[in-house]
Amino acid sequence: MLSRVADSLYWIGRYLERAEHSIRVLDVSLNLMLERPETRPEGRSHRLMHILMVPKILQRGEPDDLVDMMCFDVANSASIAACIGAARENARQVRDEISSEQWQKLNQLYHNMMEMRSEQSYATVSDLLQTLHDGLHLFEGVTDTTMLHGEGWHFIRAGRYMERSTAIATLLVLYYPHAFNIPGGVIESTQYLEWVGLLRCCTAFEAFCTVYTTDITPERVLEFLLLNPLFPHSLRYSVNCLFDALSGIQTERRRYPSDELARRAGKLQASLSFAQIDEILEQDTAGYLRDVLEQSRMIQELIYRLYISYSVDTALAV
Amino acid sequence: MATTRLPPPYDAALPDYHIDGAYDEMFGADGRVRPEYEKLLQAFLDMPADELQARKLSSDASFMTQGVTFTVYGREEGTERIFPYDLLPRLITGKEWEQIEKGLMQRITALNLFLHDVYHEGKIFSDNVVPREVVYTCKHFRREMRGLQVPRNIYIAITGTDLLRLDNGEFVVLEDNLRVPSGVSYMLTNRRAMKRTLPNLFLSYRIRPIDHYSQLLLSTLRSLAPEGRPEPTIVLLTPGVYNSAYFEHTYLARQMGVELVQGRDLLVHDNIVYMRTTAGLRRVDVIYRRVDDDFCDPLAFRSDSILGVAGLLNAYRAGNVTLANAFGTGLADDKAIYAWVPQIIRYYLHEDPILNNVETYLLTDARKRQHVIENLEKMVVKPVGESGGYGMLVGPASTSEEREKFKDLIQADPRNFIAQPVLNFSRAPCLIGDHIEPRHVDLRPYILFGDQINIVPGGLTRVALQRGSLVVNSSQGGGSKDTWVLES
Repeated sequence: MLSRVADSLYWIGRYLERAEHSIRVLDVSLNLMLERPETRPEGRSHRLMHILMVPKILQRGEPDDLVDMMCFDVANSASIAACIGAARENARQVRDEISSEQWQKLNQLYHNMMEMRSEQSYATVSDLLQTLHDGLHLFEGVTDTTMLHGEGWHFIRAGRYMERSTAIATLLVLYYPHAFNIPGGVIESTQYLEWVGLLRCCTAFEAFCTVYTTDITPERVLEFLLLNPLFPHSLRYSVNCLFDALSGIQTERRRYPSDELARRAGKLQASLSFAQIDEILEQDTAGYLRDVLEQSRMIQELIYRLYISYSVDTALAV
Repeated sequence: MATTRLPPPYDAALPDYHIDGAYDEMFGADGRVRPEYEKLLQAFLDMPADELQARKLSSDASFMTQGVTFTVYGREEGTERIFPYDLLPRLITGKEWEQIEKGLMQRITALNLFLHDVYHEGKIFSDNVVPREVVYTCKHFRREMRGLQVPRNIYIAITGTDLLRLDNGEFVVLEDNLRVPSGVSYMLTNRRAMKRTLPNLFLSYRIRPIDHYSQLLLSTLRSLAPEGRPEPTIVLLTPGVYNSAYFEHTYLARQMGVELVQGRDLLVHDNIVYMRTTAGLRRVDVIYRRVDDDFCDPLAFRSDSILGVAGLLNAYRAGNVTLANAFGTGLADDKAIYAWVPQIIRYYLHEDPILNNVETYLLTDARKRQHVIENLEKMVVKPVGESGGYGMLVGPASTSEEREKFKDLIQADPRNFIAQPVLNFSRAPCLIGDHIEPRHVDLRPYILFGDQINIVPGGLTRVALQRGSLVVNSSQGGGSKDTWVLES
């Protein structure tokens, strides 16, 4: 596979995962704002923009229309429109490598989105987000059912799960000081809402209840989102999938020894597989999460060094 | 021009259908339906208007979601449009096609011999058939190609020749496109849309298939691989997503199962071309390039090009890679060379041309230039090295200002233009809104030249969708329709 193609596929995975995450976070946050309009709305929208990775320059003050800025503003590289647009541009670059169904679903999603934007043809914001969410799910579905499960598919998955683990870790880093510092251990209803919101941001509320019942404690929320082996939006699960995707690529590309990449990814995977929540809470938790982010960044750099932006002379020497 | 309405019974059904001096593909001059069109016309007349519309809408929507679009230059960057598609197919009888096919094979064979000669001995010059000066002043003449041995001596592996049908029913050649002709993907997707939209009508005719084009293209490219590369790696080189024909490039790459590469995917080391893959560098043997000569190699041609591959020409000269088409083929579709093609055919093949040229005035000749300048409103003036309908003057549709501008342009650089009389070329029935009207059409068959010459039956029929318009180019508001060559 061409390196440029691998690059594009990886970013299709990342951008669409990012769009999906933003949609959920936005939906949940808008809901929470309805519940608690009185408490420091500017602090919340500030944090929201952090979570959604809005560029610093746009973060000043309270935006008049948060929805418009997060959904449609293409000047905002974190907006849903920008992510879907970027994914589509990448898909256009590799149209011969993805299935026609994939291209059609993504193209349709993009055209729908542009039409909703220009004609304001959605009843409520919630409807709008739901429609976009559905479109993304559709793409994921046809990706799994129509694309050859070879190298290209693994690159899309690598991108998707890299983005997902990064997003979860970032979300927790930013939530941690607010949601988990409970003065005197008194649990208020507002606190409860925060946790439910956090779980919902990861589509985790129902799954959480199945495992722990609605009896929500900070330890359980963290344990679930970080270490649950079966829940698709937990950090551990995402890193497992990332590891699988990388192994898949590695199997197809026997020529190259990728010791360093395999070691790094394996190390991260193992550390999550064998971690216990008590240990994590005993240490500097935010620091731990930041370390996970750093390791992910390193893994991405190695993917690029190995498959995509390797130097010509290294390649000729093999 | 005098127009007449159709005789009964068609005058009632087709009130907007007029016959004028142009050849009508569906009706004879006497207003009788040509036999091959009878079933087609009946099928459309029988279909309720709303059903017709529904089918039309569904085919349009499918083109849009499939992204069968092209990019229009000179507008907002990246404006995507679907190539308007007309539901009524254009029919060509088996007998007509046989003649066209023979004529194209003859013409392409001769042009290829001409290219070889021009870039080697130049016998056609020493025999005083074509003046050296005409060839050496071509914008697309490439000195770099002199003495270069190309695989199988084939310069023009993939071409698309534009044909028109004159009022006497004769097909003539308007243009040879010997560089990077596009449109073949529309030919293929039109056929698919047709089969989906009107399956019963399709079934009722016996139509020669075209779906094997991609396979023929692949075997053509394979047959041109460098010596000693029995399992060649073939790639399609595209300028990228902003090229107007990008859809076509992805389509063909996919249909052939070859990599679609951009310049930045390729590199040359020791005169061997490689592509960067996730498994390291992989050698490339044949490049079907959809990038113009000028942009292919910044070391040899335009140094500001970022679409090409540095060192490609040297790898080509070393015989380590095949380019299809070769560099420098554009000289033979220069519109001033075009005027010499009948002589070229006679010189190399000792045969008379089967397909004639359109009358063409070379403006380097002072008398002809004077004649053209005095009659500009009856002429079409074209720059010799351009394609796609850019930069031309259509006399009858021009303003006096435009004509003045062209007079100056011609006087300043007569070698850069040719003129042709305005042709009243044939018209075919098209679905305009909810009724059928005639529109001017041309025909571009695609010719593949490898170990043998292959032409899939038919080609792309382009339509000038504006009433009375003679310009069929997609960039200038043209559309297309499926072309059915009937089994004889």
